[in-house]
Amino acid sequence: MSGDSVPAPPRSAASSPTYIDDVAIETIRLHGAETFPDECCGALIAVGGRIVEAFRLDNTTNGGAARRFRIGPDGYRQAEAHARARGGTLACFYHSHPNEAARPSAYDLEHAWPNFTYVIISVRAGTPGDITVWHLRDDRSGFDEGELIWPTGS
Amino acid sequence: MAHRVLIPTPLRPYTSQQETVDAEGGTVGEVLSSLTTQYTDLKRHLYAEDGKLRHFVNVYVNDDDIRYLERDATKLKPGDVISIVPSVAGGAPGPAAVERSTELSNAEIQRYSRHLILPEVGMDGQRRIKGGRVLCIGAGGLGSPAALYLAAAGIGTLGVVDFDNVDESNLQRQILHGTPDVGRSKLQSARDRLTAINPEVQVETYETRLTSANALELFKGYDVILDGTDNFATRYLVNDACVLLKIPNAYGSIFRFEGQASVFATVGGPCYRCLYPEPPPPGLVPSCAEGGVLGVLPGVIGTIQATEALKLILGAGSTLVGRLLLYDAWTMKFRELKLRRDPACPICGDHPSIKGLIDYEEFCGVSPARATAAAGPGVPETTVEELKARVDRRAPFFLLDVRETHEFQISRIAGSTLIPLGQLPSRLGELPASGQEIIVHCKSGIRSAKAVAILKENGIEAKNLKGGILAWIDRVDSTLAKY
Repeated sequence: MSGDSVPAPPRSAASSPTYIDDVAIETIRLHGAETFPDECCGALIAVGGRIVEAFRLDNTTNGGAARRFRIGPDGYRQAEAHARARGGTLACFYHSHPNEAARPSAYDLEHAWPNFTYVIISVRAGTPGDITVWHLRDDRSGFDEGELIWPTGS
Repeated sequence: MAHRVLIPTPLRPYTSQQETVDAEGGTVGEVLSSLTTQYTDLKRHLYAEDGKLRHFVNVYVNDDDIRYLERDATKLKPGDVISIVPSVAGGAPGPAAVERSTELSNAEIQRYSRHLILPEVGMDGQRRIKGGRVLCIGAGGLGSPAALYLAAAGIGTLGVVDFDNVDESNLQRQILHGTPDVGRSKLQSARDRLTAINPEVQVETYETRLTSANALELFKGYDVILDGTDNFATRYLVNDACVLLKIPNAYGSIFRFEGQASVFATVGGPCYRCLYPEPPPPGLVPSCAEGGVLGVLPGVIGTIQATEALKLILGAGSTLVGRLLLYDAWTMKFRELKLRRDPACPICGDHPSIKGLIDYEEFCGVSPARATAAAGPGVPETTVEELKARVDRRAPFFLLDVRETHEFQISRIAGSTLIPLGQLPSRLGELPASGQEIIVHCKSGIRSAKAVAILKENGIEAKNLKGGILAWIDRVDSTLAKY
């Protein structure tokens, strides 16, 4: 289970890019379009330093899925087991911002974990748009935007 | 006994990147404490400042969430594996939405079965309750029973606004808090009690004084505001913010043996200002701290407010919109008054003059400058320290206590003479002949200020003891009983 490097180690994360496969990007786009106008969410599985899969999870928020997402402990354990089965690691989560920019909200900041990477997709009128990646600063004062690189675009 | 603890990815930098760590202990609490002793950086990520596990940290023993076992006290058998499991949350900018659909798990169906077999509630109604968001203003007498029942009923999100700590004198009626909570923040003890009753409820706490600057922001996104405030300034603030945001206000208030309840600020319905356009002059209506309150009374009124909040969320039943319910616990009588929206109401009328939140302390005449003015111009004052020095010097003076007899029986300052405020005008003859200085006190200094004014009208000079016997107990003689 060890040996796979986490795609974005905590401190240098913002300066080193996050590599992600096309298939994972495509899953995120589809997922965001399907759940629109609600938010979608899921885990990103990394193998050998690049994200190879977007693993869809249920949005279990009770604060209104149009503006909130929550991955409960059951979802987290499911994603972790899946990552382990693929010989990968779990260090990144994605969610959509329906009709909003792909930038972290104050609520995102308040609920962020250290050392996780957060991918956000903007979905406007049901059409997937920008995808960005963010790293929480050590002192929780904010996020730094990272570089997200996939084969057919960036 | 050593147990394996599985560390989730985001916390591994604090365990030298180890995925599993062994820690000693016979219970979950002991294992976690020895874990955080080995890896001290873990502590601030697992625990909040109050020493409780953070909201987004879940702990499992094998496959069971400890919230459904015995939490920290869950006993461990050899071979049990403990997992720390994060919840991940976030969302787009803006408040949580009002429309929600929420499925019920099998465990929830069991928990709410007595609701589900009521055709008036049923699965649809329980889902609405689960999607519902109620904000309680105050975790005191009214907020306590209301929040407890709303949590038990399965409300999705329960917000609580308060900034106080639990005081011994709260325990007679504020049943969210217990004896071990004295001195703790009311919000911490509220969160503990509410999640113990129902861990599914999302408890949002706001440790702040509600003001014109933050009320609109705090209320946004809630379905119902439950007004459990104890003063007029905040009550008008809650009312106006509810009218401006079109959020219904489940209102209640209590005094001594009497309570009232209604629902304000629904579209087309009356608001608190339609009932009481102006606040009473400051000091006329004593607070519960001055006038007392029967401990059970807020239990009755607070649960009526919770009932109304539930019906508003269900969108069913007959609510108290347009009716003011009056309850007298001493004679055990309920009465009802009809209320109508006042077309001339300054905030919910046809041509409102108030279009935003105002300064409510000023409006209610309780801003510091107005409060002093209300006590009468130029009421001479003295402090408890000066009084103590006078006692120590054995300087001659007359200490007049204008509280009620039953208060005098609870505690008194040695050497004082009791003449209740209401009897003062007819008992002026009992005061010493001129020459001797008179110092007047009551519980907190409000009634005695009035007494000084009465004496002045009768040509008798006297000084008001600032802060009353409460200040005396706090700063001079802590052996006296405080009430």
